[in-house]
Amino acid sequence: MSFTPNIQAFCCHYTSQQSLAEGAEALHADGMPKNITINRLVCGGKLQETTLLKAFEEGADAVFFVGCPLDQCHNKKGSARAAKRVLAVKESLQELGLGAERAEMFHSERGFHQEFITAAQLMNKRITNLGPAFGGSK
Amino acid sequence: MIIAERKPLAEILDMVKDAKKILVLACRGCVSVCSAGGEREAEILASLIRIGLKKEGKKAKVATNSLVRQCDKEYIDTIDQFKGKYDAIVSTACGVGVNFIANLRPTDTVYPALNTSFLGGSAEQGIWSEQCGGCGDCVLHLTGGLCPVVRCAKSLMNGPCGGSVGGRCEIHANVECIWQSIHDRMVRIGQADGMDRIAPIRDWSTATHGGPRKIVRDDLTI
Repeated sequence: MSFTPNIQAFCCHYTSQQSLAEGAEALHADGMPKNITINRLVCGGKLQETTLLKAFEEGADAVFFVGCPLDQCHNKKGSARAAKRVLAVKESLQELGLGAERAEMFHSERGFHQEFITAAQLMNKRITNLGPAFGGSK
Repeated sequence: MIIAERKPLAEILDMVKDAKKILVLACRGCVSVCSAGGEREAEILASLIRIGLKKEGKKAKVATNSLVRQCDKEYIDTIDQFKGKYDAIVSTACGVGVNFIANLRPTDTVYPALNTSFLGGSAEQGIWSEQCGGCGDCVLHLTGGLCPVVRCAKSLMNGPCGGSVGGRCEIHANVECIWQSIHDRMVRIGQADGMDRIAPIRDWSTATHGGPRKIVRDDLTI
């Protein structure tokens, strides 16, 4: 049975600005999987653990955050803070037996870069292979 | 302040496995300051409980709320607003809060979400260290303000054990020999002579060795 994961992507306003400016059609044409929902935040520093956890409560099979490189955060430490919170969620998911790999942090240069798409593709492939987070089958 | 940390999730989930209506009750006192059991941590824990139960195919209502403190009767009394709405309270307070709820609400089911660790302070962001053992017989005025009771691995009262090397404790290289630090500080503040004082055999009855402790202030009791 085929499985299309529900993946919630969260990203920094600055990291994703130009990628999202392309529009959904263009992003999909560039290879962004259609089952990935992008949620934009003003900065990685705004990311809360509860934001990522709530996604799982609402049915996500995985979450990931794309923020600026650690030394290029517009707000100095936002990307570093996001990475810490993603790490905390990874540890909690591991404790719950869901697997730490269902949450991931990526750092990407500002502007449109293929690595923004690559991160999404990597997560999509990983979670498709892993299967649903809650019950069900692949 | 009291320093604590969250229990393993499996332990907490086992506590509430049969509950259908769960209240995760935060404390806005010490555990809020040390980021273990404040409102933010309670929200995170509530979400994790929901996810954990969902994984097990169980359904339960999990809500959060908070008290100013869980170590005063006046605040515990406000729990009555939740009466009948929950069959389990998961307290993110220290052990004092859990005990107070158990003492004052005999029919409520309350569980601890935290392991209460020690009396300490924030060494730097995200790092807390033990500073006081709450022994009930403070000697800080004799030791330059540094506590040998809890910061010496052996609670020695008359200088170092001889096992320290380079100012580090023999139990672990990351631990300072507090007696080395006491000596250095006593010299710096002109109280080096204090190192010659022989501490008498200590009466530990003021610590937990004498059973549960209580302070009664006649000037305050009504």
